[in-house]
Amino acid sequence: MNLQFPDLTPVMPELFMTALALILLCTELLVKKKGILAALSILGVVVVAYTLIGSSGTTFGGMFVSDGYSTFFKVIFFVNAILSVLISIKYIAIERVNFGEYYSLILISTLGMMIMASAADLIVLYLGLELMALSTYVLAGFIRYDIKSNEAALKYFLLGAFSSAFLLYGISMIYGLTGTTDIKSIALYISEKGLTENPALSLSMILFAVAFGFKIAAVPFHMWAPDAYEGAPTSITAFMSVGPKAAGFAVLGRVFMIAFASIKLEWVAVFIPLSILSMAVGNIVAIAQTNIKRMLAYSSIAHAGYALLGIIAANNEGLASMMSYLMIYAFMNIGAFAVVIMLRSEDFKGDSISDYEGLSRAHPLLAALMLIFMFSLTGIPPTAGFMAKLYVFMSAINAGYTWLVVVAVVFAVISAYFYLRIIMYMYMREPKVEVSLSTSPSLGLALGVTTVAVLAIGVFPLYLVELARAAISGF
Amino acid sequence: MPGTYIPSEYLPVLIFLMVSVTLGFALLLISSGILGLKRAYSEKFTPYESGVPPVGEPRYRFSVRFYIIAMLFVIFDIEAVYLYPWAIVFDKIGLYAFIEMVIFIVILLVGFIYVWKKEGFKWD
Amino acid sequence: MLPELFFAYFAVTIVLFSIFVVTARNPVHSVLWMLLLFFHIAGLYLFLNAEFIAAIQIIIYAGAILVLYLFVVFLLNLREELKIYRFIGGWPSGLTFGIALLAVIILSIRSFIAAPPGKYSINLIREETHTKALAKLLYTDYLFPFEIISVILLVAIVGVIVLAKRRLKT
Repeated sequence: MNLQFPDLTPVMPELFMTALALILLCTELLVKKKGILAALSILGVVVVAYTLIGSSGTTFGGMFVSDGYSTFFKVIFFVNAILSVLISIKYIAIERVNFGEYYSLILISTLGMMIMASAADLIVLYLGLELMALSTYVLAGFIRYDIKSNEAALKYFLLGAFSSAFLLYGISMIYGLTGTTDIKSIALYISEKGLTENPALSLSMILFAVAFGFKIAAVPFHMWAPDAYEGAPTSITAFMSVGPKAAGFAVLGRVFMIAFASIKLEWVAVFIPLSILSMAVGNIVAIAQTNIKRMLAYSSIAHAGYALLGIIAANNEGLASMMSYLMIYAFMNIGAFAVVIMLRSEDFKGDSISDYEGLSRAHPLLAALMLIFMFSLTGIPPTAGFMAKLYVFMSAINAGYTWLVVVAVVFAVISAYFYLRIIMYMYMREPKVEVSLSTSPSLGLALGVTTVAVLAIGVFPLYLVELARAAISGF
Repeated sequence: MPGTYIPSEYLPVLIFLMVSVTLGFALLLISSGILGLKRAYSEKFTPYESGVPPVGEPRYRFSVRFYIIAMLFVIFDIEAVYLYPWAIVFDKIGLYAFIEMVIFIVILLVGFIYVWKKEGFKWD
Repeated sequence: MLPELFFAYFAVTIVLFSIFVVTARNPVHSVLWMLLLFFHIAGLYLFLNAEFIAAIQIIIYAGAILVLYLFVVFLLNLREELKIYRFIGGWPSGLTFGIALLAVIILSIRSFIAAPPGKYSINLIREETHTKALAKLLYTDYLFPFEIISVILLVAIVGVIVLAKRRLKT
C-alpha cells in the first residue's frame, strides 16, 4: 500500500500542545521549582497560539477541520488556560498541592477542548471530549486530603460518565441511521434520503442534546455543577466553568448547525426550555447561596442559559453572538474567581459570602475590581457583560424570539439581586473578620488583564463582535 | 446485522464450555451431595479441626497500592492490545504504520518514565 | 432461526446479568455477575462477526478491568458495606425515568431505518479475517483517533499517580 502522509498544517496547534504537555511532564520530574513550570506553560501556550496562524484546512480524511469557528474557540481555550495558570501559582501552594502535574493536566485538558472544537467526525469529537473531561476530573480532585475535593471529582466523574453514555448512544444511533460518523456526510445523507421525519433521528438528536447539556451545565443536567464547583480547587473551578462549557458550546454549534441542520425546528424546540430553565434555576437558586463558589456555580448555569439563546437563534449571527459571549464570560468569570482566590490564605478559607462584608474599607482596590466583575456578570454597562448579553439578545430578537428575550431580561434583573448583594456587602457593611490578602505578581497580572479586557470590550465591543462574525463567515 | 452470521469455527469452544460447565456442576453435586457423608457435630463447625480459632475480622482492607498496580496494568494492557493488530498489517502499510506507532509509544513512554520516576512501580 | 436464537439468548442474559450486578447485596457477587456479563458480551460480538473485539473484551474487561474492580471492592469495608441499603432514597424517580426513557427509545426505534451496509460485508471480513480488516482501517483512516487514545491513556497514568500514590516529600 502506498499511503499519502496526512497534511499536518491544520493540526499544528494540537501537535505543539501535545509536545508542550509532554515536555512539562518530563520537566516536572527534573525541576524542583514549580514556578518554572507555570512560566513554561504560559510561554508554551503563547507559542501554540502563534501556530494557529495559517493553520486552516481539513486533514485526516476530513476528520479534523481547522476553520475560523474552531480558531475562535481555541483562542477562548488559550485565554482560559493562561489565566487559570496565572491565578493558580500562589493558590496551589497555599492549598499544599503544588505539584507539576497540575500544569500538564490543564494543558492536556485544553488539548481535548481544541480537538473538540475542530472535530468534524463524531469519533474524534467523542475522544476529544473524553480527553478534556478525564483531565478535568483529576484536577477537580487534586486536593487529595480534602474530602470536598474528592466529592467534587467523584460527582463530576460519575455524571460525566453518565453523559458520555448518552453521547455514545446518540452517536451509535446516528451511525446506524446514516452509516457514517462524518458530520457533513450525516447532513447530506439525512437530506438525501428524507430522514427528517424519522423519530429515530429525533431521538438521536435529543441524546446529543442531553450529553452536551451536561457539559455546558444546562438545567436539568446541572446537578453536578454546584458540588463540583464548590469542592474543586478554586483555580480549577474557574478553569472548568469556562473551558469545558465553551468546548461544549463549540461542539453544540457544529453538530447541531451542520449534522442536524434539516431538523432545526425540532432542536430549537428542545433548547428553548433548556435555556429558560437554566436561566430560572441558575438565577433564582443563586440567591439562596452563602458560599461564593456555589453562587458562581449557579451563575455559570444561568450564563449557559443566556449563551444558549445564540444557539436557539440558529443562524450565523446567533453563533457569532454566542462565541463573543463565551469569550467575554471567560474574562469576567475568571476575574471574579481571581478575587475569590485572593481572599484565600493559609488559615482563612475566604469562600463565604459574609467574608466580603466591609471589604472596601480594608482593600478598596480589590473591592473595586470585584465591583467591576459583578457589574459585568449582571450585565450593567459599560462592562463587557452588558455587550455580551446585548448581542445575544439582539440575535434572538432578529430570529423572532422576542418573548424569549423578555423572559431572559426578567431573569437578568433577578440576577442583579445576588450579584449586587456582594457589592452591597463590600461597601455598606462593617467588616466582621479581618481579611488578609494573599497577593502575588501573577495573580495581579491576571486581575489586571481581566479587568482591562472587561472594560475594553465593554467600551469597544465591535472589534470582538466583528472578529466573531469574520470567524463564522466560512462556517 | 445480527442473525445472519454464525461463527461456526467457534463450535468447539461452545462444546468445551458446555462440557466443562456440566462436568463441573455434576462432579460437585455427586461428590459432596450424594457420595459425601453428612454427620454434623460441633467439631465440624470450627474453622480448623485441631487449630486455634481465628480472632478478629477476616475481611480486612486491601492496601491502595494494589489498586495502583492494577490500574497501571490495565493501561499498559490496552497499549499492548493496540500493538497486536498493528503487527498483523505492518508489512502492508509499512513506514506509515511504523511512524504512527512510534508516536503512540513515545507518548506512553513519557507516561512510563513519569510513573517510574514517581516510584509508581515500587511497593513502598 | 438459529442465529436469532443465539442473539436472543445473549441479549436476554446481558440484560438479566446487568440487573443482577446492580441489585446484588454483596459487592463481590456484583463483580462475579459482571464477569459472566462480560463473557456474554464477548459472545455477542462473536455473532456480530467481530472476533477480535470479542477477544479484547475477554482480555481487557474480563481479565484486567475486573481485577481492578475486585481491588476496589477490597478497598471497602465489606462488613459495613453489606449493612448499607443498596439504593439511595431517590431510586423510584430513577426507575421512573429509566422506564420512560426505555419507552421513548422503543417507540422511536420502531421507525429506525438502517443505512445500507458499508463495504465490509461478512464474506469480505471472513476472507480477510476480522483483525486484519480492523487493523487496516485503524492504522490508515482512523490514524488521528488512534493517536488521541495514547494521550487519553497518558492522562489515566498521570491521574492514577496524582490521586492514589502516596506523595514523596516535596
